[in-house]
Amino acid sequence: MPDTGVNDAFVAFERVQKSYDGETLVVKDLNLSLPKGEFLTMLGPSGSGKTTCLMMLAGFETATHGEIKLDGVSINNIPPHKRGIGMVFQNYALFPHMTVAENLSFPLEVRKIGKSEREQKVKRALDMVEMGAFGGRRPAQLSGGQQQRIALARALVFEPELVLMDEPLGALDKQLREKMQFEITSLAHQLGITTVYVTHDQTEALTMSDRVAVFNDGRIQQLAPPDELYEAPQNSFVAQFIGENNTLEGVVKEISGDRCTVQLDGGEMIDARPVNVSKVGDRTRVSIRPERVELDPQLGDESHTLKATVKEFIYMGDIFRTRLSVAGNDEFVIKTRNRPDQRRLRPGEEITIGWLPEDCRALDAD
Amino acid sequence: MKFSKTLLATTALTVAAGAVAAQEMSDSMTIVSWGGAYQNSQIKAYSEPYLEMHPELQISWDESSNEAVAKLRAMNEAGNITWDLVDVEAADAIRLCDEGLAMEVDHDEILAAGEDGSSATDDFGDSIVSDCFIPQIVFSTTVGYRTDLVGDTPPSDICAIFDLETYPGKRSLNKRPIGNVEWALLCDGVPKDEIYDVLATPEGQDQALAKLDSIKDQVVWWSAGADTPQLLADGEVIMGSTYNGRLFSAIAEQDQPIGMLWDAQMLDFDGWIIPEGLPEDRLARVKDFLLFATDTQRLADQAAYISYGPARASSAPLVGKHAELGIEMAPHMPTDPANATNVFVTQYEFWADYRDDIDAKFQAWLAK
Amino acid sequence: MTTGTPMTDASAEDKASGPMLAADGTPLKKSLARALRMEKIRASMLIAPLLLFVLVTFIAPIADMLFRSVENEIVSDTMPLTTEALEDWDGEGLPGDAAFEAAYYDIFLAAEQKNHTRLGTRLNYEMTGASSLFRKSGRGLDDIGEVYQDQFEDLNKDWDEAATWVELLGDPDWLAEQKEWAASEEGRQPRFKLREGMDELLPVTSREYATFARYQQREERKNLLEEEPWSAVHTALYEDLAAGDMSSYNGPRADMLKAADELVAGADFETVTFRDGFEEIDRDWVKPEIWRTIKLYSPNYTSGYFLNSVDMQLTPDGVEARPENQRIYIMLFQRTLFMSMVITFSCILLGYPVAYILSNLPSRTANLLMILVLLPFWTSLLVRTSAWKVMLQQQGVINDVLVWIGLVSDGDRLVMINNQFGTIVAMTHILLPFMILPMYSVMSTIPPSYVRAAKSLGATNWTTFWRVYFPQSVPGIGAGSILVFILSIGYYITPEIVGGTTGTFISNRIAYHISSSLNWGLAAALGTILLAVVLLLYWAYDRIVGIDNVKLG
Repeated sequence: MPDTGVNDAFVAFERVQKSYDGETLVVKDLNLSLPKGEFLTMLGPSGSGKTTCLMMLAGFETATHGEIKLDGVSINNIPPHKRGIGMVFQNYALFPHMTVAENLSFPLEVRKIGKSEREQKVKRALDMVEMGAFGGRRPAQLSGGQQQRIALARALVFEPELVLMDEPLGALDKQLREKMQFEITSLAHQLGITTVYVTHDQTEALTMSDRVAVFNDGRIQQLAPPDELYEAPQNSFVAQFIGENNTLEGVVKEISGDRCTVQLDGGEMIDARPVNVSKVGDRTRVSIRPERVELDPQLGDESHTLKATVKEFIYMGDIFRTRLSVAGNDEFVIKTRNRPDQRRLRPGEEITIGWLPEDCRALDAD
Repeated sequence: MKFSKTLLATTALTVAAGAVAAQEMSDSMTIVSWGGAYQNSQIKAYSEPYLEMHPELQISWDESSNEAVAKLRAMNEAGNITWDLVDVEAADAIRLCDEGLAMEVDHDEILAAGEDGSSATDDFGDSIVSDCFIPQIVFSTTVGYRTDLVGDTPPSDICAIFDLETYPGKRSLNKRPIGNVEWALLCDGVPKDEIYDVLATPEGQDQALAKLDSIKDQVVWWSAGADTPQLLADGEVIMGSTYNGRLFSAIAEQDQPIGMLWDAQMLDFDGWIIPEGLPEDRLARVKDFLLFATDTQRLADQAAYISYGPARASSAPLVGKHAELGIEMAPHMPTDPANATNVFVTQYEFWADYRDDIDAKFQAWLAK
Repeated sequence: MTTGTPMTDASAEDKASGPMLAADGTPLKKSLARALRMEKIRASMLIAPLLLFVLVTFIAPIADMLFRSVENEIVSDTMPLTTEALEDWDGEGLPGDAAFEAAYYDIFLAAEQKNHTRLGTRLNYEMTGASSLFRKSGRGLDDIGEVYQDQFEDLNKDWDEAATWVELLGDPDWLAEQKEWAASEEGRQPRFKLREGMDELLPVTSREYATFARYQQREERKNLLEEEPWSAVHTALYEDLAAGDMSSYNGPRADMLKAADELVAGADFETVTFRDGFEEIDRDWVKPEIWRTIKLYSPNYTSGYFLNSVDMQLTPDGVEARPENQRIYIMLFQRTLFMSMVITFSCILLGYPVAYILSNLPSRTANLLMILVLLPFWTSLLVRTSAWKVMLQQQGVINDVLVWIGLVSDGDRLVMINNQFGTIVAMTHILLPFMILPMYSVMSTIPPSYVRAAKSLGATNWTTFWRVYFPQSVPGIGAGSILVFILSIGYYITPEIVGGTTGTFISNRIAYHISSSLNWGLAAALGTILLAVVLLLYWAYDRIVGIDNVKLG
């Protein structure tokens, strides 16, 4: 993976490895750097190593190998309480025996900040998350969303330059989660803090982040801005993991420049953009986003058309979602906008579908 | 020899069976005793030969004599007596009798006459301390000492307990007033025959406690009979009071460097009581067993297993050798004339009256 | 509701302002209540066995204990006449002859029923000597009656015949019935009935014979026609003859009665006053003390046991403190509370780190170590306590090691057992698991994220522990403390073995009174006070810490 601007990076992981049992690596040779003020999300399924990375950064886990640097200084041997990193936990970790104000005041107290300044800062932090009236309550008396705001305020009250968030919105319902996503990003940008955010929810990752690091199997699979991640996945894991995706399997028959020809397992030949295939004869997995598939295509010469059988038609309001059987794949999905002239397909109907070759990416087969 | 003995016993039994008018006898019996070597001697001397004659009988032993009085009272209140025969100390027998928990018996009617022809009452003599009490053994509470820790002149006098100058070191005493206060007065110069008169007065009680106070910080108080032999064996104390049978077993059976005093030992009795309110068949069985187990020969047999004297005068000549060690047991009996030159006989009537009072004072003094 | 026409018509239903009806026409409320009741019954059937078990094994013994601590019916039950006779006595000097007379008849009957020694034992708790006084009196009182019995018998042998008495005193109808019953002795013996007029002519005799008859018929189940009365009845007859005039009597056995009357009136007739009779038995009877004690304890309920439990006593002059050389219980209560607190505190000190380590280990290791914590439970309490004896005694392991190292000289080995120290050590060891377990269960529910959060906020390890972890583990400490404290307050085996004289608890005295002195009333009063103290502390704990904050698991 290319090292981009390690020298001016605010946070940097350099060849970091982590093993708990001395036999298997949960983080394998991690290199990552982010500049000041960036909102970076670590996305991945559970067990992919993202949380371990976060914990190593926070200081609760030590790296087995490699170095972690903060502002150019190695922090491997600095205990967590001296790192000055704000952190928001999955279950908020608000101290249940303290009031909200006491919770917020805690990091200031341990920093030996005077009483009046403390009160002022607590008030400001509470106002910032619009919880000014709740200072006297206990965490147990607050709703999940309110607790989340307090946890955020507590992580920010001592003005850290780096804030870590470990799936902070996991316990909230959808509507609240969307609201909080917006609030967190705007706060982070407003305060200019660097944020490392861990989640397994790809929507959250796409909507909030400047850049997303997709984790799997202890490695970063792709590190890119959200749009690039969606539109130009580098491998089939990322393509599968981010957004909805149709795959067709086959063998590369010919590569020329940014075009290659793939023979699908059903015998059909299609054109695709070679992304992750190296030579003729490789098995490949071709990926097409559902919304890029056209019905009864009139896309011009370059397009490909395939026969398909309708398996299921789902009315979803704004869109129609149709499941097709294409080239032996029964799970092929297309999405069409609900327009007055849009045809509503019936199961069993034989149709023709097509797409532009550049929307069709030939990726690795595993 | 053995055959003829059994024959004799069987004959006696036939006669006895006639006496209870061929009554139905229960074929199980629960006997309560103290456990340990003492209960073992009872099993060997009484119940095993009896079972030989009555193979249909089931005897179960319960080691609850320690708390027999309380348990019998609880059983009585619940109206369910599960015990058939209970081994208790004389003082407890008197209390059980007072409480109406033990059955009053006519000793001449239910016990066999002595082998020398004397009536049961005469044969048992003073040991019948209550109408409910059927005596078995005479035991004494006496003092044992570590022969290697008491210097060149081993104690010969009970007052060695109070003599810290000649015998420095810890001593163990029973954690209750009975016995201790008598010795205290005796060693404070009160003549033996006046001791209970003196003890009946508050001044006398204070005098006894004052004497005990002079050794209080050198005393380890025991509450179980096994404590003193153990304390002596560990060297925790140099002398201490306990039952003579315990000392005999430490000296003769375990070969410990321990000696014992036969001076002013507190003579006491242990025996059976029959719980009040037994159903007829169980009572018949108990009576049948008792007739056998308290006869002259059986009481003498018991002494082969433990050094407690038979309560019958007629048994004394029949006491033989120790069942395993083979030593003559007679010289180790509290009833042996040589040992009984200066005995102290506990007055049960006195203690029945003064127990609560003196115990309260004794415990208050102890706790100070 | 009976089978009337169901109101199915919608308009009728609307119009009816009455109750809403269920489909079958019964009011909805009623049918709901029925359905709920069924559910409730089913639910209560399920818990009924447990409820019964708790009631029988837990509530009932406590209620019994509370009752015993004040119950005192034995005096008035055994000596009803005496209790009555002493009612008006002012407690000065000796009571009048009526009291001696009443005591004679009471104790006579009690001796026949073998109750008198029981009463003696009861009164001996309050007055030393009562035990033997009553035991002697049970035998001695016969002497009084025999004086009269012998003289009546000498006059006419029939006075010692059962038949004489049943004819003289018995109702003729009853007598006929009794004879009929006696022929077969089957079924129930007809209850003795007094002949009309006899209770006026011979009031005392009637009363005493009726008592005798009741005892023979009900308790001994003997045929009254064959039982000659005991000597108390002869005494009663003498009293009646001396007081009344028999000349008008012409019923059965009139000749005998008149002859006896003449004999009594004669100068040669030998009499004994009750007072002299009692004095003969024991001089204590002519001292006011025993009478005062009887009067003091004649009510059915007494505060005596409770007063005794707090080193006071009931005297004729009111409540007063016991003499100093008998005061022990208040000191023992204080000692028990103090030592239980020390034990609880030691358990906290030792248990907290253990529980902390356990809760922070991976569960496999924690479970293994938990077995070590629980291991002592698999050994007998006696063995564990005796092991401490071997460890702590002067010739024991610890002293030997200290002497060997040279910390202590052989001459002054440390005294670590048979005192408070020994009790505290042994009990702390025995009760430690009860502290560790609740602490562990609370600590293992404290998420590690709190500690991490505190550290990420800049707190040092100590601040994190003290400000964040410790406050959250307090419920475990509370639960463990309550358990250990309450358990240790009631312990008696360990203090008995290793406590010597200064390390014993109040429970040792309770055990003593239960199993040795048989003073169950006092034991119950001590137990009740102990229970009250525990409840009081529990209440105080609830007020200060809050019982909601206690987590047992």
